[in-house]
Amino acid sequence: MYDFAYQKPSNVADAVAALGADPEAKAVAGGMTLIPVLKQRLNRPSVVVDLAKTGLAGITAGAGSITIGAMTTHAAVAHSADVQRVIPALAALAGLIGDEQVRHRGTIGGSLANNDPAADYPAAALALGATITTTKRAIKADDFFQGMFTTALEPDELITKVEFPAATKANYQKFRNPASRYAIVGVFVAQTAAGVRVAVTGAGQGGVFRHTAMEAALSKNFSADAIADVVTPADDLNGDIHASSEYRAHLIGVMARRAVAAAA
Amino acid sequence: MPQVSLTVNGTHHTVEVENRTLLVELLRETLGLTGTHVGCDTSQCGACVVHLDGASVKSCTMLAVQAEGAKVTTIEGLAAADGTLHPMQEMFREHHALQCGFCTPGMVMSAVDLVQSHPEGLSEHQIREGLEGNLCRCTGYHNIVKAIAAAWPLMHGKALPVAAE
Repeated sequence: MYDFAYQKPSNVADAVAALGADPEAKAVAGGMTLIPVLKQRLNRPSVVVDLAKTGLAGITAGAGSITIGAMTTHAAVAHSADVQRVIPALAALAGLIGDEQVRHRGTIGGSLANNDPAADYPAAALALGATITTTKRAIKADDFFQGMFTTALEPDELITKVEFPAATKANYQKFRNPASRYAIVGVFVAQTAAGVRVAVTGAGQGGVFRHTAMEAALSKNFSADAIADVVTPADDLNGDIHASSEYRAHLIGVMARRAVAAAA
Repeated sequence: MPQVSLTVNGTHHTVEVENRTLLVELLRETLGLTGTHVGCDTSQCGACVVHLDGASVKSCTMLAVQAEGAKVTTIEGLAAADGTLHPMQEMFREHHALQCGFCTPGMVMSAVDLVQSHPEGLSEHQIREGLEGNLCRCTGYHNIVKAIAAAWPLMHGKALPVAAE
């Protein structure tokens, strides 16, 4: 690992100022991605700005929604009685990220800002129609994810919280790589006041995406049978040593049907 | 040079580190606590698990400076001062839950957190899922699962409820 300067600001404004002052600065939330990246010398920040003391952790249950602070760990979301009550699929998803030790450090804000194409939270945010609040604005999930490891965030813009609307039915099914525990394919199905949405992670070359053909079928008939004949083209899907694009296309159908069948 | 102040196994330390120093490097190389192992160095194997303010974490994927002000417990901090083993260590010995021993410190630290965080009970399935962040290439895990189930009553002072799920 190359060395770097380190700052631990005690509030969000100072963190934004530190990031804005230096184009080579990087923010660290839980560090479950950034620290491995630094170890592999894939990135060389001049200064690492630690967000641990910025006061952005916490979960609030509102009327028909859950709001989660950016620095809230996956373990906190998984074990939250409020999240389990309002959006049980979201708590279950958080409990499937990495392993317990990773979940004790990794954060929802870090996961969304990184937008790893195999991460879990982007699927929940897109399927539930979450609103991502930053230090500058509120961004709809539809506008936030802009391709593999790419988001609408500007360099000195930090996620502060994420609001998830409650779902009448929701479920997340993940076919994971047993070593990395990332999704080879993950499908989040949600029926909310805004309609039915199906978000797929792990499979798309451009990161998380909505499966509009399945959404149309499920809007008419919310059942696993309704999507049994929906074909997923393999053209724009990832293929690698873990799974070919054709296999991922097949898995999307299987995971989606399981998610619909299990949705509560 | 940056300094970090933290409490390790009940002893307060203020030491000089580089910003890039990992917590596991501070523990092993600066404090000489070599019970915490580095296996994969990629946050997958769990040989480096320690407790940070009571929660199990992978010390190979954390900067030492991030532990400023924290209370860290390593495998060396589990046994009593007179050498009496922690119940989890005793049950690992009793149930032959180790062979080469390389994964054992991290396995024990994860197991202690797992049992402490499940006062309501712990099924075999939950134990196996709870160990997903720790790899063992010798035992096949069966005896580790038995050891953890056997340690639960000793740590909670009551019988392990059946079918906790």
